[in-house]
Amino acid sequence: KEMTVREALNSALDEEMSADPKVFLMGEEVGEYQGAYKISKGLLEKYGPERVLDTPITEAGFTGIGVGAAYYGLRPVVEFMTFNFSMQAIDHIINSAAKSNYMSAGQISVPIVFRGPNGAAAGVGAQHSQCYAAWYASCPGLKVLAPYSSEDARGLLKAAIRDPDPVVFLENELLYGESFPISAEAVDSSFCLPIGKAKIEREGKDVTITAFSKMVGLALKAAEILAKEGISAEIINLRSIRPLDRATINASVRKTNRLVTLEEGFPQHGVGAEICTSVIEESFGYLDAPVERIAGADVPMPYAANLERSAVPQVEDIVRAAKRACYRAVPMAATA
Amino acid sequence: VETSVPFSAHKCEGPSRSVETTPQELISFFRDMALMRRMEIAADSLYKAKLIRGFCHLYDGQEAVAVGMEAAITKKDCIITAYRDHCIFLERGGTLLEVFAELMGRRAGCSKGKGGSMHFYKKDSGFYGGHGIVGAQVPLGCGLAFAQKYSKDENVTFTLYGDGAANQGQLFEALNISCLLELPAILVCENNHYGMGTAEWRAAKSPAYYKRGDYAPGLKVDGMDAFAVKQACKFAKEHALKNGPIILEMDTYRYHGHSMSDPGSTYRTRDEISGVRQERDPIERIRKLILGLDLATEKELKDMEKEVRKEVDEAIAQAKESPNPDPSELFTNVYAKGYGVEAFGADRKEVRAALP
Repeated sequence: KEMTVREALNSALDEEMSADPKVFLMGEEVGEYQGAYKISKGLLEKYGPERVLDTPITEAGFTGIGVGAAYYGLRPVVEFMTFNFSMQAIDHIINSAAKSNYMSAGQISVPIVFRGPNGAAAGVGAQHSQCYAAWYASCPGLKVLAPYSSEDARGLLKAAIRDPDPVVFLENELLYGESFPISAEAVDSSFCLPIGKAKIEREGKDVTITAFSKMVGLALKAAEILAKEGISAEIINLRSIRPLDRATINASVRKTNRLVTLEEGFPQHGVGAEICTSVIEESFGYLDAPVERIAGADVPMPYAANLERSAVPQVEDIVRAAKRACYRAVPMAATA
Repeated sequence: VETSVPFSAHKCEGPSRSVETTPQELISFFRDMALMRRMEIAADSLYKAKLIRGFCHLYDGQEAVAVGMEAAITKKDCIITAYRDHCIFLERGGTLLEVFAELMGRRAGCSKGKGGSMHFYKKDSGFYGGHGIVGAQVPLGCGLAFAQKYSKDENVTFTLYGDGAANQGQLFEALNISCLLELPAILVCENNHYGMGTAEWRAAKSPAYYKRGDYAPGLKVDGMDAFAVKQACKFAKEHALKNGPIILEMDTYRYHGHSMSDPGSTYRTRDEISGVRQERDPIERIRKLILGLDLATEKELKDMEKEVRKEVDEAIAQAKESPNPDPSELFTNVYAKGYGVEAFGADRKEVRAALP
C-alpha cells in the first residue's frame, strides 16, 4: 500500500484531533481554504471552527496566542504557511515556548507543535527558500523533527502532538505529493515513532551518509549509484534533529569509518557541523578519512533555475563526496 | 466609597464611581499594599548589598493595581504580566520566602532559583508569569483567554503591560484576533508614564492608551486608587465574559527607576516624584479612608506597618538560609519529558547528564 506525505500528515492530524479534544489547529488558511498545501483538508468540516481556526496574517499574534493556550494545558498545532514566516514569530517559539518550563522549574510546560513546510521549494526565491533546522535545533527546550517518508510523517507528527514539550516540525513542500509504501502497522491509529531516534534507511559498510527530510531521498539515489561502483553506503535518516541521535550516528561511523553529512541548509553552523563535531568527539580514532560535508551553497537562494540548482545539493554532489571519503576520487585541491 | 476621579470610557458605558467595600477589605488593602511596599524597599537594599543579581524591577507606587485587581476576581481567572512581577505574584498567594529566595537565586524560590526576578509563576492560582520580552505577554495572555473559552471555563485573563509595551505591534495583532474570537481577554495597560526613560508622549503619538484599541472598548482608571481598580476590573470581567476584550488603562506611577540600574531622575524631576507621593500615594489614600471612617487608629496602622516589616525581615533571614540550587538542577526542567537524552555542560568531556 502507498500513501502520500500529504495524506500521512492529514490522517495523523485527524486521528490526534479525534483522540484528544485538547488538540486544535490554527494558522493561515487552514480552514475554509483547506490549507495552503491542503494538509488540513476536510478538518474544518469534521471538527468545526472552534478547533480549526483561520487566523489573520499575523504570525507574532497567533503564535503567541497558541503558546498561551498551551500554557493553560491545550495542545495547539500551529501551522506556518512556510517556516520562512515563522521568523515573524520566532520570539514566541524561543523565548515564550522553549524556555518557560525551565524558567518556571517545571510549572509551565508547553505542549505545542509548530509545523509547516521548511527549506527550499522550487523557484520561489530567497525569502521563501531557507532551511531552519539548524536555527531551531540549536535551542534547548525545543524538539525538532524532520520527516522524510509517509511513515515518518505519520509517526513523527503523532509523536509531536502527544509530546508535552514544544516541537518544531519541519515538513518539505516538494515531498507533500510524493508517495511512499506504508506498512499496515503505520496506518494504524495507535502508530507513533520515538522522538530522538534516527532510522537506518539503508544499511552499508563503506561510508555513512546522514540526511534529513528531502535530502534522504537524494542520499538513497546516491547510494544506488555508489553501489554500482562497489561502494556500500549506509544512509541515516535523522528524523529528529533535536534530540540528535548521536549514538546511532557514531555507531554507524565506527562501522564504516567514513562520514558524509548532507543537508539543504546553509553550511556554516549547520546540522552537518554539529554531527561532524559529535563524531570527532566520540569516534575520532575510527575515522579513516576527513569528514565530508554537503550542504546548500553559502548564498541566499537565487531564482534562475540554473543558479537554484547550483545552490542546493544534487545527487552527483553526494556521490562525489562519498567517493572522496573512500579515496576513490582525487580531492579538487590536489588537482590544482 | 467613591472613586477619586470618574472613569473615562471609550466605546462603553463605564461603571459607577461608588464602590462597595467592607471594613475588612479596607484593612486588608492597607496591609497588603504596605507589605508590597516594604518587600520592594527590602529588595532594593538586597540588590545594593549585591545579594540580588542582574535585573530587578520594583513595583512600589503601583501597588493599588495589584490589590484592586485581585479583589475583583478569583484564582480561576488568570493573570500574566511582564518583568515587574513581584507584587502580582505575592497578591496571587505567593509567599515572601518564595519571593526573596528567588531573588537571591536560592532553592526555596518560586522557580527554584532558575527564573530570577523577572520569572515568577504560580500556576495553581492562575499566575502565568513573569515575562522578560516587552509586549510578548499580551498574545500569551490572549492565548490563556482562548484556552478558557475553548475549555468553556467561565473565567477571564488579565494581561498586564506597560505604556512602553503599548506600542508593540504584536499587541494589536493579538487584540485583533481576540476581538474576532470574542475572547475573555482584558488588556491592562499599567501606564506609569515612562517606558524605561522615555516619557509616554515621546513614544506614543496617542498616549490615550484606553482608546488605542480603536474598535475595542476601553476604560481609563485611576491606578493609584485601589477601589477604582477593583471597580474597573469587576466591570471588565463581566464585560469580557459577555462581549470579549476590553482595555483598562491604569494611570499609575513607579517611585523607583525602571530597574536597579536606573536612578529614575534623569528623565523626570524630583518634584514630580515627591508630588505624586504626597498627593496620590495609594497606601496613604487607604490610610486616610480608614482613619476617616474610624476603622482603626493611627497607632494601629503604624503597628501593622511594623508587623509587616518584621514579616519581611523574617522572610529574608529564612531565604538567606535556603541553599543554592543543587548543581544537578542545571539539567532539570529543560523538558517536561527529556527521554533521558544526554545533555552537556561547558566541557562535555567533564559534565554531562541524562535529561529527565
